[in-house]
Amino acid sequence: MKLFGIKIPMMASLIMWAIIWEVVGRLELSILLPPFSNIVMRLFEIVPTATFFSAFWITAKCFIIGTGIAILIGIPMGVLMGRSIVFDRMMLPWVNMFLSAPLTALVPVLMTLFGFGTKTIILTTVLFAVWIIVLDARAGVKNITPSLVEMTKSFQANFWQAFTKVYVWAALPEILAGIRLGAIRSVKGVIIGQLLVSVVGFGRLFELYSSNFLMEHMWALLFVLFFFAFLIAEGLGVLERKFEYYAASRN
Amino acid sequence: MSAVAEAVSTDKTDIAVSVNDVTKIYPGGVEALNDMTIQFPKGELTSLLGPSGCGKTTLLKIIAGLLEPTSGSVTVNGKNVTGPGKERAFVFQDFALMPWASVLRNAAFGLELQGVAKSERHAIAEKYIDAVGLKGYENLYPHELSGGMRQRVGLARALAVNAEVLLMDEPFSAVDEQTRRKFQEDLLTVVDDEQKTFIFVTHSIEEAVYVSQSIALLLPRPSRVSEIIRPDIRRDISPDAIRRDPVYLDIVERIWKGLRTYVE
Ligand SMILES: Nc1ncnc2c1ncn2[C@@H]1O[C@H](COP(=O)(O)OP(=O)(O)OP(=O)(O)O)[C@@H](O)[C@H]1O
Ligand SMILES: [Mg+2]
Repeated sequence: MKLFGIKIPMMASLIMWAIIWEVVGRLELSILLPPFSNIVMRLFEIVPTATFFSAFWITAKCFIIGTGIAILIGIPMGVLMGRSIVFDRMMLPWVNMFLSAPLTALVPVLMTLFGFGTKTIILTTVLFAVWIIVLDARAGVKNITPSLVEMTKSFQANFWQAFTKVYVWAALPEILAGIRLGAIRSVKGVIIGQLLVSVVGFGRLFELYSSNFLMEHMWALLFVLFFFAFLIAEGLGVLERKFEYYAASRN
Repeated sequence: MSAVAEAVSTDKTDIAVSVNDVTKIYPGGVEALNDMTIQFPKGELTSLLGPSGCGKTTLLKIIAGLLEPTSGSVTVNGKNVTGPGKERAFVFQDFALMPWASVLRNAAFGLELQGVAKSERHAIAEKYIDAVGLKGYENLYPHELSGGMRQRVGLARALAVNAEVLLMDEPFSAVDEQTRRKFQEDLLTVVDDEQKTFIFVTHSIEEAVYVSQSIALLLPRPSRVSEIIRPDIRRDISPDAIRRDPVYLDIVERIWKGLRTYVE
């Protein structure tokens, strides 16, 4: 970032915004915007509590299980779509539809089917994450150098060998990108799921704070969630870059 | 000119691969091969030489069982080709190595797919890695190798499965000229050592004359065989002497004259 021709590091700009927030907060313009320092204090107050911890645990569990399921379904499905024209024709319109559909609207349906518990939250997470994983795995497989596919065939790999020994690895850079994007959507899914179910995890906390106008608590909770979402995206980004060299050496 | 004999032995027992009246029309209507008939003698290296786009790769892939002919048939050792098979191995123009696997695993991959035990397939692969001059490079990855070295891995992989027929599609076109010459000399050694049939696609007349026992000249698309030339050049002299040998130069000149009509 540049300001008046001077380079400003990322951290400095964050601090600047925090200061602006603090000043605006102290003006007491709105109950929605408490001073920044109060939020930070509240954050340290909430995080060590058992309620927070159990909410965090439920969220983490739903996130991991949901993302795991999305990966386990998404990769094979994407690879299959990339390799089989018939399967691709059958599935692609649905995948594209779900990718852009307002999935939030489906959560109430899931709730009536699976109740107000973790099951619904996990399914929401899967529903948010799986489509982009499918599409990226599919793109990865479609990008495999044709001669690598011919090599696999000419040495008479059976379907399972071709899938596990060649296609998945050849498509790994795209698959990893898909997992990263999927995980980001998973975070959305796990939070939206909880907000709508609103009787477990962070959903219950949000419900509690907002119905009691505890804005400092609300913001503190949001900060924590943003921080973790950022951490997950960055962590997976690092993993992805580790494999970049061979995307370049693929052809 | 006695050095050039046009007849190919048609003795059935000596034929490894036989292409019978093969026509290939691609979806979209491009007729790549038209009623092509050609036979490849056992234990020899036969080059396919012809103008760009005349269907050399198409023919090779049909023999490999990677493409289906529109009509006609291919037999290998008298058996009809219906798909890829153990008795044929392909060497790819762009190497087709797995970037995530070491030289050793790449070279052993054909055996891995056949279910050969790890220690056994590694031992076999090591032998061929040595034979193609890559000893000591077993644990490197393809992106750490030069183009020429990568193609040696591709050749080792094809040799390791011990196929009787090796199909090579312009294997040296992606490597530089010095490497290419060294490679051609090494290929001659491999052809001598391994009692295998090589079908070798190339663009280069010199290369074809240098490495082949026989050369099939192909006509432009839709392709047929125009002529079969056996360049009986001397092999007992040094590679550089061969390249200056009048017989060698004569054959190169003669093929060039034959092909020039299509280039112009
Ligand atoms: N998959 C395909 N679909 C349609 N046409 C194709 C396909 N593959 C090749 N062709 C066409 O068939 C003809 C023969 O192609 P082929 O690759 O066999 O030629 P080639 O002799 O190997 O050429 P080169 O020397 O350039 O490698 C060309 O005109 C090409 O455009
Ligand atoms: Mg070709």
